[in-house]
Amino acid sequence: MNMSDDYYLELSENPVQFENASSVNNVFFDEANKQVFAVRSGGATGVVVKGPDDKSSVAFRMEDKGEVKCIKFSLGNKILAVQRTLKSVDFKNFIPDYPHLEFSHECKTKNASILGFCWTNWNEVVFITDQGIEFYQVLPDKRTLKLLKSQNINVNWYVYCPETAVLLLSTTVQGNVLQPFAFKTATMSKMTKFEIELPVVPKPAKLSLSERDIAVATIYDQLYVMYLKHHSRTTNSPGAEVTLYHLPREGTCKKTHVLKLNTTGKFALNVVDNLVVVHHQSSQTSLIFDIKLRESEGPVSAHQPVLPARSINPCKIPLTDSSSWSVFQPDIIISASEGYLWYLQVKLQPTLNLLQDKGKLMDFLLRRRDCKMVILSVCSQMLVGANKGNLSVVATVFDKLNQVYKEYLDAEQAYTTAMESGPSRSSMSYKRPVRTQAVIDQSDMYTHVLSEFTERKGVNHKFIIAVLMEYIRSLNQFQISVQHYLYELVIKTLVQHNLFYMLHQFLQYHVLSDSKPLACLLLSLESTYPASHQLSLDMLKRLSTANDEIVEVLLSKQQVLGALRFIRSVGGHDNISARKFLDASRQTSDTMLFYTIFRFFEQRNMRLRGNPVFNQGEHCEEHVAYFKQVFGESALMKPATV
Amino acid sequence: MLMIRPRMASGTQEKQYTPSLLSFFIYNPKFGPREGEEEKKILFYHPIEIEKNEKIRNVGLCEAIVQFTRTFCPTKPAKSLHTQKNRQVFHEPEENYWMVMVVRNPMVEKPNKDGKPPTVEYQEDEIIDSVYGSVLKQCYSMYKLFNGTFSRAFDAGGVELLIQKLEKFFYRYLQTLHLQSCDLLDVFGGIAFFPLDKMTYLKIQSFVNRVEESLSLVKYTAFLYNDQLIWSGLEQEDMRILFKYLTTSLFPRHTEPELAGRDSPLRPELTGNLLHYGRFLTGPANLKDPDAKFRFPRIFVNTEDSYEELHLIVYKAMSAAVCFMVNAAVDLSREFCEQLDSLVGPQLTLLASDICEQYNINRRISGPEKEPQFKFIYFNHMNLAEKSTIHMRKTTSVSLTSVHPDLMKILGDINCDFARVDEDEEIIVKAMTDYWVVGKKSDQRELYVILNQKNANLIEVNEEVKRLCATQFNNIFFLD
Repeated sequence: MNMSDDYYLELSENPVQFENASSVNNVFFDEANKQVFAVRSGGATGVVVKGPDDKSSVAFRMEDKGEVKCIKFSLGNKILAVQRTLKSVDFKNFIPDYPHLEFSHECKTKNASILGFCWTNWNEVVFITDQGIEFYQVLPDKRTLKLLKSQNINVNWYVYCPETAVLLLSTTVQGNVLQPFAFKTATMSKMTKFEIELPVVPKPAKLSLSERDIAVATIYDQLYVMYLKHHSRTTNSPGAEVTLYHLPREGTCKKTHVLKLNTTGKFALNVVDNLVVVHHQSSQTSLIFDIKLRESEGPVSAHQPVLPARSINPCKIPLTDSSSWSVFQPDIIISASEGYLWYLQVKLQPTLNLLQDKGKLMDFLLRRRDCKMVILSVCSQMLVGANKGNLSVVATVFDKLNQVYKEYLDAEQAYTTAMESGPSRSSMSYKRPVRTQAVIDQSDMYTHVLSEFTERKGVNHKFIIAVLMEYIRSLNQFQISVQHYLYELVIKTLVQHNLFYMLHQFLQYHVLSDSKPLACLLLSLESTYPASHQLSLDMLKRLSTANDEIVEVLLSKQQVLGALRFIRSVGGHDNISARKFLDASRQTSDTMLFYTIFRFFEQRNMRLRGNPVFNQGEHCEEHVAYFKQVFGESALMKPATV
Repeated sequence: MLMIRPRMASGTQEKQYTPSLLSFFIYNPKFGPREGEEEKKILFYHPIEIEKNEKIRNVGLCEAIVQFTRTFCPTKPAKSLHTQKNRQVFHEPEENYWMVMVVRNPMVEKPNKDGKPPTVEYQEDEIIDSVYGSVLKQCYSMYKLFNGTFSRAFDAGGVELLIQKLEKFFYRYLQTLHLQSCDLLDVFGGIAFFPLDKMTYLKIQSFVNRVEESLSLVKYTAFLYNDQLIWSGLEQEDMRILFKYLTTSLFPRHTEPELAGRDSPLRPELTGNLLHYGRFLTGPANLKDPDAKFRFPRIFVNTEDSYEELHLIVYKAMSAAVCFMVNAAVDLSREFCEQLDSLVGPQLTLLASDICEQYNINRRISGPEKEPQFKFIYFNHMNLAEKSTIHMRKTTSVSLTSVHPDLMKILGDINCDFARVDEDEEIIVKAMTDYWVVGKKSDQRELYVILNQKNANLIEVNEEVKRLCATQFNNIFFLD
């Protein structure tokens, strides 16, 4: 195996490039808009803003009013905010037709120093000072700020999560009591504060929790505070840990997960595709954790890395010194000295060979974004070749796939039902369920895995059939109706190996569900396996919508009387074509049979129209002539004379 | 050795005797073609005490009849010979190998006054060729299942080996023939299938496939529940005779001690930490016994083409029995049996309780089991499926029917009529005893119904049968 196949982390193909940091060029990164600001000479010789795409890139000049501490656009690049002093923040409109002159706003709390600021909306900004927070609305036309709300609280440092607009403040002397605030258009709400458990409590008390060790990210749609707990001799943990605190919108924050790093040193955190990525500086490797891969029960679950530690794929990286990289949430890595911004990505293909337990691998893959083709290749891989899984592994994998598939089908069904009953009736607004890549349906399995597998040379046919039956069993277990093409595949395989008795038994127990196409397929097997004629007729009978087909089958077997008896038993004999039956009875060269059939239709004519004569539209002239020729004109039924 | 048992002592002193086996022999005319060497033709003769010349005479007679009738139809020589006292049935299972069974006709013994010997009246019309023809064919199939074909034995060890095998097998087997209770079911030689929902059936499939994968020695598997078949990895004809063996010989032998309370199988085994009820019906009775023997019966299947010799392992947990068939060339060790026991035991125990639960659910859905008003026998030639509400549970000794033998005779006759033509037919008979007997044949299926409706007329009987078909057979194509 090529070693480069082994790397499951890589940096984005096209990094955002910017002018590298230098004595004349300061570089800032705004996590909210994911923009890099290159500020040359305090802005006098230009500010170049590079965003994730070209549209969000801007270049402008601004007056050099002193060293820039922080610079950020509001959402949509509407208003620029620049912090140059500890007391005030300067603003500048970027909205066309608004005055572009800068205006400044001082924090309202006396003697307070501004630690920083965050945009929570296109025109709403929050100042964080060492004595509290101030929430403002910016009025760009009036070039002033309006205080919406403020809160007094001693702040050591802060962390802001732009995705959820949640601000975390470090309070108390040790800094380990975190006070979260949530922002939403013009409102600010205080959430329940919580305490981060420190490995050692220092005496006397001093600031013991650093902002470097705290990150906030959304994992599986839930907000988590991640705490990098360094190794301490006093605890019996063999290495550093990342502790996750679940921060719900309402209710209290709880410690829920512990990620075991099994090593010590300097670390940095990212979150990619709902995986927590922990970079280890000294070994230049990274670990990934999936908090949904549960290893232990209980209120706090401990996790080991999903995969062995690997470096980020180096061939995608220009030669740089990664020790100077900065890591931002959720998935950004910046090399300021080199002038690059990358997105961190997870490559799934290598996980196939790194995770031997196929069930666990499937759990892992099903939760990933671009998982479909990888899952399908896992399925193919487990059926053939050296790494072939046994049937119980195959069964586990199928069950996992079909569980997700079934959940999607149910959601789709619930949505359809809700839509049909009218949106007004249900107070809940139903959203059409999103079909993620993890939904692997029967056609995916058929096209990418099963049809190819059944045609492969050198695979034991017993195994092929067992796999197909296992898939059908799994679908049935989740009450998913099986598509006809899967049955066809089963039948084809059985027929290919002359396993007709097996097929017969499957049909006998209705493992292959009834359908017209299946019945027709069986009919076509009659010459090689006579019993399939009976199987086919039984199936058509059970369908109860295939009476015409049954008549056709019987007539083709020259069972004219049987066909007639059947159609009469289901009450369809008034609508059948007389000519069809007369044709078939002529072919038997049994004149008495012809007589009987002919007489039956004469009687039908009599009953329906009061006259035994055939209508012109029935095209029976030829048969009437034949009847006269064989039995004589007098044998024709006489119209009733009253 | 005449084994005549009185069937019923009706009225005064009239005695009725049921049909019984008079003699049974196997010969090959090619083995003693010259005069004076006739004895060499005879490979097996029962009863053994018969004098040599009489044996030769009887064999000669059969040979002559077959030769003679061949002149009329070379492909279909005589199948039976009717005489006043007995009935002879001929069968040539392999080229030049002939099996002959002579059955004494049932008879009535009427006492005479004045101390004269009683008058014996033979009822030669009471027995049906097809029934005894089938019994004879079954004898061969059963022999072949455990011994392979005649010609293979001959090729391997000459006449001596063949004779030895025949004697060893038939000496015991003939004692288990109960000619007085042979009937239509012997003609069909069908298989009772256990009714089961799709999901449970798929679970069984999955179980069988996984066991075959883990125990790669296992070549074929058959799965039964309550003595009814659910899955057969063997081909139909082989399964048919194996099923016969299991249900009329092996299973009854094991259930009778259970019923008697001896060797209680309800003592669960502990494998690892899994409780299970699995045990071997063939092979070692107790795995923990240090002297346990790991010998299994050998069976022969696919004798037409691949001719395979297999160990027959029958393993049972509660009501679920599984046959594992392993190539006979492999020696089965204690390790293998222990592995099988620990793998299959817990799974099969679980599966058996699953099946039981599903079966009860399905029965509840379909309503409480009503004792059907009708007695019927159903048979499908295509999958050999057989269902009878006439027959009680079979035991090693006899198969009991709940209807009078006269009615069974009518069923047999109707069956013979059906066998003569290909067309679908329906026959309605009013029996002497006020019963109505209806036979229906649709495509490859046959249905026989016995109605106890004294005053019913033909139309009403026809309606009743239609109703029966609509309730019992609504999911198959069965022409009214």
